[in-house]
Amino acid sequence: MTSVPSPAAIVATGLRKSFGDKVVLDGIDLEVGAGTTFSLLGPNGAGKTTTVQIMSTLVHADGGDVRVAGHDVARDPAAVRAAIGVTGQFSAVDNLLTGEENLLLMADLHHLGRVEGRRRAAALLDQFDLADAASKTALTYSGGMKRRLDLAMTLIGDPRIIFLDEPTTGLDPRSRRMMWQTIRELVAGGVTIFLTTQQLDEADELADRIAVLDHGRVVAEGSPEELKRSIPGSHVRLHFADATGLDAGARALGGAFRHDDALTLEVPSDGGAVAVRELLNRLGDTAAAVDEVSVHTPDLDDVFFALTGRPAAEPTPEMENAR
Amino acid sequence: MSTMTLAVRDSATMTRRSLRHVLRYPVTLVVAVAVPVLLLLLFVGVFGALKAGLPAHASYINYVMPAIIVMTAGYGSSVTAQGVNRDSTEGIIARFRTMAISPTSMLNGYVLSALARTLVSAALVIAVAIGLGFRPTADAGRWLAAAGITVLLVLALTWLAVPFGLASKTAEGLTGFILIVQLLPFISSAFVPTGQMSAGVRWFAAHEPFTPVIDTLRGLLTGSVPGGTTLTAVIWCAGLAVAGYLWARVLVRRDLNR
Repeated sequence: MTSVPSPAAIVATGLRKSFGDKVVLDGIDLEVGAGTTFSLLGPNGAGKTTTVQIMSTLVHADGGDVRVAGHDVARDPAAVRAAIGVTGQFSAVDNLLTGEENLLLMADLHHLGRVEGRRRAAALLDQFDLADAASKTALTYSGGMKRRLDLAMTLIGDPRIIFLDEPTTGLDPRSRRMMWQTIRELVAGGVTIFLTTQQLDEADELADRIAVLDHGRVVAEGSPEELKRSIPGSHVRLHFADATGLDAGARALGGAFRHDDALTLEVPSDGGAVAVRELLNRLGDTAAAVDEVSVHTPDLDDVFFALTGRPAAEPTPEMENAR
Repeated sequence: MSTMTLAVRDSATMTRRSLRHVLRYPVTLVVAVAVPVLLLLLFVGVFGALKAGLPAHASYINYVMPAIIVMTAGYGSSVTAQGVNRDSTEGIIARFRTMAISPTSMLNGYVLSALARTLVSAALVIAVAIGLGFRPTADAGRWLAAAGITVLLVLALTWLAVPFGLASKTAEGLTGFILIVQLLPFISSAFVPTGQMSAGVRWFAAHEPFTPVIDTLRGLLTGSVPGGTTLTAVIWCAGLAVAGYLWARVLVRRDLNR
């Protein structure tokens, strides 16, 4: 008996896609290890959803190869579909059926059998805090409830690879934490997660590896630690009432980044209480001229600025021309 | 289980899903019966007085009833198109497409449930019409043949409704299809014999698909055994059904969001 290393769950090579003359994916290479969480991080329009749609057999690539669970998505989509589960950005539930009927529909389509289907549906309704609403139509559900039902519908078939396209966008903080907890439990059970997000903290929290997608290109890839090393750390931002105060503050705190227009100083800091007190002590009497103190932790904008030299939201000139 | 067995099972699951929609919102069925009945009352009340060009002693309700059955099928297909379109825009079709089920099973579910729903509403409309004075002369065999033609017509209209529902990006985009299936029966032998129409309209009425279907139904239910029109009706229905099926197959296999 020879032991074979477990193959990667998802491998994409040279993935390309255009809609008309607009290039959406411009040669993407990705590799996702089985049983890990991989996060595709990027702003709106970066190509995240298109990547998920190609990998989940909904859209054909113009070029490149994608293998999911060892199967080519273009040549053997049926085998790929049997291995995956997909929860998209917008909840895809049957609004005219109840929560329970939605789950039983999925159970039937996975050929689970009556008893097993009912057992799993009941367990998922409990797990996702939907047991009380099980016999209400999905039309009456809140956005968070629909999203939970959507994920439960994905899980009923016990997929080994799950695609989550911005699963927490628009969710309240409680539902968001619940989603994160579910994802961790899935990975602990050996499931591979492919997660897209616009939020650095979400990728940081969940992913083993992160790829940063910008206008159809992967501009950085690595572990969350590697990625964060490449971006500026957190800092304390001091806003002054007027330019005189700003001058005095800048003299007191040598080495702070000064923004004359915004009347702010930025001082690298971990943002802890001790560090902030020490900072205010250094300001001395000048502290009276500060009308606002805020602690800033790095977000997607910082990542993009560090990697591409421009904010995430701003389209590049080529993109403008392509439209 | 073989692929074939699974496809049959998935088709049954999808059919159950759509039928559950009807049972959950029975008002759909009530409207599907009420609209043709109202049209029947309207036509019998308004045109029944004319009796122009009809054989002597023929009652207008007997003349117009086959057209009402056809309009019931037309209304049913517009409900189908709207349901398919709702599934398409709400994203559940995308979910089905990422699952290991054949696209044809999904389409079969729409068609079989629409067939059941429309036949039930047609039966109810006929029952109401008999209460209002409709006196079909058909024996059991002719009733069976009339049912067969109605099934073929519903299949044709439903197989067209499915791809229209899939292709349209919004519910408003279906207006064209709904107008065609609901208005085309008017330009036929539905309410007035074509002999009384102007030359251009008469030519159109003689060659559009609803005319042979209506003539066949009329012959079977209240008249003599129809000859060549039955074959024309069957060919029209089969042709439209196959065309709609092929178009729908292309649509469920092509890329999303196009």
